[in-house]
Amino acid sequence: MKAAVLVFPGINRERDMARTLKLVSGTAPTMVWHAEHDLPAGTDLVVVPGGFSYGDYLRCGAIAARSPIMDAVRAFAAKGGLVLGVCNGFQILCESGLLPGVLMRNENLRFICRDVYLKVERSDSPFTRGYNAGQVIRVPVAHGEGNYIADGETIARLEGEGRVMFRYSSPDGMIDPNWNHNGAINAIAGIVNDKGNVLGMMPHPENHVEAAIGRTDGRGLFAGLTEALEKVA
Amino acid sequence: MNAAVKITPALVAEHGLKPDEYQRLLDLIGREPTLTELGIFSAMWNEHCSYKSSKVHLRGLPTKGPHVIQGPGENAGVIDIGDGLACVFKMESHNHPSYIEPYQGAATGVGGILRDVFTMGARPIACLNALSFGAPEHPKTRHLVSGVVAGIGGYGNSFGVPTVGGSVRFHNRYDGNILVNAMAVGLAKKDKIFYAAASGVGMPIVYLGSKTGRDGIHGASMASAEFDDDSAEKRPTVQVGDPFSEKLLLEACLEIMEKGCVIAIQDMGAAGLTSSATEMGAKGDLGVTLDLDKVPCREEGMTAYEMMLSESQERMLMVLKPDKEQEAEAIFRKWGLDFAVVGETTPTKRFIVRHKGEVMADLPIKELGDSAPEYKRPFVTAQKLPVIDSGAVEARGSIADALERMIATPDLCSKRWVWEQYDHIIGGNTVQRPGGDAAVVRVEDGPKALALTTDVTPRYCEASPFEGGKQAVAECWRNLTAVGARPLAITDNLNFGNPERPEIMGQFVGCVRGISEACKALDFPVVSGNVSLYNETNGKAILPTPSIGGVGLIDDFAKSATLAFKRDGDAILLVGETAGWLGQSIYLREICAREEGAPPPVDLIEERENGDFVRGLILDGTASAVHDLSEGGLLVALAEMAMAGEIGATLDAPPDDIPAHAYWFGEDQARYIVTVPAGKADAVLARARAASVLVSSIGTTGGAALALKGERALSVSSLYERSEGWLPAYMAGEA
Repeated sequence: MKAAVLVFPGINRERDMARTLKLVSGTAPTMVWHAEHDLPAGTDLVVVPGGFSYGDYLRCGAIAARSPIMDAVRAFAAKGGLVLGVCNGFQILCESGLLPGVLMRNENLRFICRDVYLKVERSDSPFTRGYNAGQVIRVPVAHGEGNYIADGETIARLEGEGRVMFRYSSPDGMIDPNWNHNGAINAIAGIVNDKGNVLGMMPHPENHVEAAIGRTDGRGLFAGLTEALEKVA
Repeated sequence: MNAAVKITPALVAEHGLKPDEYQRLLDLIGREPTLTELGIFSAMWNEHCSYKSSKVHLRGLPTKGPHVIQGPGENAGVIDIGDGLACVFKMESHNHPSYIEPYQGAATGVGGILRDVFTMGARPIACLNALSFGAPEHPKTRHLVSGVVAGIGGYGNSFGVPTVGGSVRFHNRYDGNILVNAMAVGLAKKDKIFYAAASGVGMPIVYLGSKTGRDGIHGASMASAEFDDDSAEKRPTVQVGDPFSEKLLLEACLEIMEKGCVIAIQDMGAAGLTSSATEMGAKGDLGVTLDLDKVPCREEGMTAYEMMLSESQERMLMVLKPDKEQEAEAIFRKWGLDFAVVGETTPTKRFIVRHKGEVMADLPIKELGDSAPEYKRPFVTAQKLPVIDSGAVEARGSIADALERMIATPDLCSKRWVWEQYDHIIGGNTVQRPGGDAAVVRVEDGPKALALTTDVTPRYCEASPFEGGKQAVAECWRNLTAVGARPLAITDNLNFGNPERPEIMGQFVGCVRGISEACKALDFPVVSGNVSLYNETNGKAILPTPSIGGVGLIDDFAKSATLAFKRDGDAILLVGETAGWLGQSIYLREICAREEGAPPPVDLIEERENGDFVRGLILDGTASAVHDLSEGGLLVALAEMAMAGEIGATLDAPPDDIPAHAYWFGEDQARYIVTVPAGKADAVLARARAASVLVSSIGTTGGAALALKGERALSVSSLYERSEGWLPAYMAGEA
């Protein structure tokens, strides 16, 4: 795996992400400053980590989406390169047009940090091949604006094309408003683009990869990606 | 000299200087000050910056120890945690601003303490806080809780530091003055700690970070006076926080430190440019000349007076190595931050401020700080309150009813509503999240970890300042011990009323003596701290609240203990002596509606022996769960362990010589609950006898309820619902 982790001013989970990529794949990623115009040669995975790019002062991800490096990311994605956006990274991918929809403020208008349960909708994707379809994983969230929404047509397309990868659920996999902490439509926690090579998700799988620090449910995502990329290589 | 403004007695008073203090100023400089100079003196000589009422008593605190690298007097304390690493930490109050403007007040409190830590070269790895609010039924309380919690989260979450622990209490004595104490903990290389003392003559002084605006002017002076009915009008003195800038400042500072560019560094906190510049000069035995025309300003037309007193946030002052100046500037430009050479060090020991070609201030730099007034204020020691005979306190209702009520009280209920608004996992090192005795944060890739907690029981401090001071330290030590840590050092944040009142001063002196005694007995030095006085409104003072922030070290985080019951059938052991002390207990207050009596005394020798014994059980893997006993007593602690583990327990009847309610809810100190596998219980009891530690077996874990003889069974899930229910319902306006 030759991952590139983007660093925008105000991003703050880039260290967590880099540590997890190294831990699971065995290779440390390259940290790429937002003002760069090119991704490192040979990059096979771009990760847009979480945080508060530009303080989230305008609209989450809106300024970062216009950074020079994002042109390179769009080109990379257009050629089928794998792009993972987590939390603020998901917001940035939406703002940059790589994913549809938008993340609004949590329904209760408060920042929420807690473990949530995610139902993995399908496992035939490079992002989720480390899991079984229907499997429930427990990973943390930490966001104030994770309430996913899009127009009805877009939602219908996402659902129809099976592009919802993760949904907030109860521990036994039931979709239930009581377990949808931010009010996202259809309990959507993560989606892919139409080609399936760009994933955006609000929860933080990178924070659940060590048994000693809690749980390892997030590991499957990175292990699956590593496997997928090794197969290609 | 610019003497455009005539200094009148009214102007002096407006600056918070008493007539005798002004005379002291005149004697010191031998002439009438300029307006800018008067502002500088008011900033340096107010209570908040000068510690003029407290200094004489703080000298009695133990501040040294084999692992102490830096005690009080710098931006933060520094302790050695081995492997070439140092832990840098401090707690500081932002009480007055948080009452006036809760979101920004609390946010900038977090920002200020983070800056104190990274100024010393440390990357912040955790934040904690200690919050005191007014009675829940007070009309402002809900708004203040909501704003303060959002502000703490808003700053820390965006900055990117996990907020891993803290405490929240409610009491009507905080109705007019809430307390927001924020603690930050950072990690640095032991040989790369940065200090404020400038060195070398003719060195450029560099201004870094955000621009200077008109916010926060006189903030420190506001924090040095009581409130009255017009306090809300002080809102313009509250600063506005920008965690995004602070995050950039952190990364830029750490980067130029790493590159070896920095000689001295001081953040601009209270009293802004004034305090930081004079401190750098005074500590380095040098003079400082500032050219205010060079200061990056947010608005046009700012006067020297305004620039010197602005408390705009996210700013730093540095002395850089001249040959590294360009490299440092490039790093700051990369992060999009302001960088300006605004002055230089001089051999004169004068503090000279120039603006638009005029000298606006010319003052002796050392005396500005050193000659601040120092008071030995008169104090009276409060009368000792009678010890309440627990046999004479009539039980109200059943034990089961009392427990159900107590765990749903504002002070004892779950604070999940609060800490879920703080990102407590960023960094990937949070081994123990909020809700336990102490947070546990892994150090880098481990196996070492730090245990962190904040503690104080204000009603004990009011009832007996000396015992209360002792208890705050002892409970902090106990909480660190309960997760298996070796307690290393504390930071103290001393919140009191108006020190000009002898009874308040008496509380202060008593608490500090108690803290000192406990710190000495437990080898638990004070390495940093902050004093916040004048927490009173219209003559009504807060409860004396000396918050203690403690740091302990765990050699292998995998061995740290948690409070959750782990499995059915474990033996439940009670460590320490139970007499059934009801004076100042939550039971007496919440169930009997009596807030009275002497607080439980703390036997520091017993505290140490019991703690060392418990830590031994944790480190050798014998203990399966551990919880310290504090507010609410034995049964509340057991309920917390049951709720955390979702496992019940069957409990033996109390001993005959203690009334049941005193046994279950008394708040005797130096106690822990430890569970061990049933097969190991006898061996542990034998070990305890050999160590002369009082340990008794009181029950067995298991089932889905707490079963007490003669009481209805309490299902763990219904206890959980009660404990979790109150705060969200209250905040939603339903309780």
